[in-house]
Amino acid sequence: MEKRDVVIIGGGPAGLAAAVELKKKGIEDILIIEREKQPGGILRQCIHDGFGLTRFGETLSGPEYAQRFIDQAAQYHVEMICNATVIDLSSDRVVTYDSREGLVQIQAKAVILTMGCRERTRGALAIPGTRPSGIYNAGVAQSYMNLFNTMVGREILIMGSGDIGLIMARRFTLEGAHVKGVFEVLPYPSGLPRNIEQCLNDYNIPLYLSHSVVDIKGEERIEGVTVVQVDENMKPVPGTEKEFSCDTLVLSVGLIPENELSIAAGVELDGRTKGAFVDENYQTSTEGIFAAGNVLHVHDLVDFVSLEAEALADGVVRYLNGEAQKDCEIEVVPDRNIGHVIPQRVSGKRDFQVSMRVRRPMGRCRITLRQGENTVVSKVVPKAIPAEMIQFKVPSDKINSGEKIEVLVNEQ
Amino acid sequence: MNSRKFVCIICPNSCEIEASVEDGKIQAISGNKCKKGEEYVVQELTDPRRTISSSVLIEGSFLPLCSVRLTKPVPKKEIFRVMEEINKVHLKAPVSAGDVVIQDVCGLGSDVIVTKNMERV
Repeated sequence: MEKRDVVIIGGGPAGLAAAVELKKKGIEDILIIEREKQPGGILRQCIHDGFGLTRFGETLSGPEYAQRFIDQAAQYHVEMICNATVIDLSSDRVVTYDSREGLVQIQAKAVILTMGCRERTRGALAIPGTRPSGIYNAGVAQSYMNLFNTMVGREILIMGSGDIGLIMARRFTLEGAHVKGVFEVLPYPSGLPRNIEQCLNDYNIPLYLSHSVVDIKGEERIEGVTVVQVDENMKPVPGTEKEFSCDTLVLSVGLIPENELSIAAGVELDGRTKGAFVDENYQTSTEGIFAAGNVLHVHDLVDFVSLEAEALADGVVRYLNGEAQKDCEIEVVPDRNIGHVIPQRVSGKRDFQVSMRVRRPMGRCRITLRQGENTVVSKVVPKAIPAEMIQFKVPSDKINSGEKIEVLVNEQ
Repeated sequence: MNSRKFVCIICPNSCEIEASVEDGKIQAISGNKCKKGEEYVVQELTDPRRTISSSVLIEGSFLPLCSVRLTKPVPKKEIFRVMEEINKVHLKAPVSAGDVVIQDVCGLGSDVIVTKNMERV
């Protein structure tokens, strides 16, 4: 069987950044396996700009941002095989992939999971009604329009206010379609405020908060939907039903890390992130298997995906050098106002980066990492919303061994 | 004097800015984390501008479309006129990111450039 030091599954922004960073740190024997014809992942279809402000200090479109890393990967002679799909990963790090050359198996010393995420579909929402054509996930519509020159419809309704849906509302409008409204079941938008502003408000597209689609009509093609207002418990308010006609319904209702392979390798998943449990080295519960980017937890900005994958490279280098990594025994546990926290385990011996999302919009609040009565670090943020990930460095000097670290948020 | 709220679109911080405005001039401003927020508010009050991205037809490559964007923001009211010009472009592969496909589109001082390397296949 072929042997490799590092196999990276997925050549999107996380996989490319991890590969380049490993090369910079002297790891030579790396292979990226990518299922599409070209590397770049989802950025290939994200043709809008706004990427790279954190990482490069300038605003780029998705393909340009990806190209920076593709160029660097080429410059560092990163080996990559495209058009190849990994179909199995074992807990002892045997990677099986399918390609034009047939079925290939590689024994890797370390495996990096950078498979990204998938969109939640209509099936997951259980919307009643018929099953006509004309219902698309936002990312699928984006791929049709931006890669394959296929317009999805003319009279469009959008369910969910995730960023991809907002970006597509603007894209549909620029291409001559009429976006009649965006319906969000929550009392606040799921996407970033800047996207509400520049994708909806700029084009006078109405946003209906606390509204849900309760019926879909049409036989061959969708003809309309019934929308209802919901109360604070997300229960429909009787008498608020409204009919909207449309030829297309676009769903932008969340992303789920794609972890089929992780499960096959025995990697334990966190029910909150739907991604792996990781330690401060981004190592999963399966030794030698690491994860970063949207496969670990869904990010709002690709800049933070790249930075996370670069941080992961340090952990992989330590692992390949045989440094003990089974010393991460301190649990990191979020309180009920925080949706999730990464990493979920730390050693307490190294500084680490903590990432989290709050569950509901909050004004000025204090975020504290606490071990019993001992404050490890405490920060004040001017506002916190579920759409924006919060990240900061945690110094290890105040962490004691053993006891769990609680992450608390208090609105001030 | 009236007070207006803005959401800055310059960076992902999405600062919520409150500005008191008189005769199109800012009297007081709060909520912006940086100087760019203030520049954004002034721009919004006097001449709101946006950058847009789109795609154009390309012949002879692995996909039928190539992505493009503006190099500088253009007045908001001109966006659809710019889109009309972008829609007239037909490219032939190969092209590289940064290639200018329309110089000074609609005379607005912004170029339309390719944002993707697309080789000939």
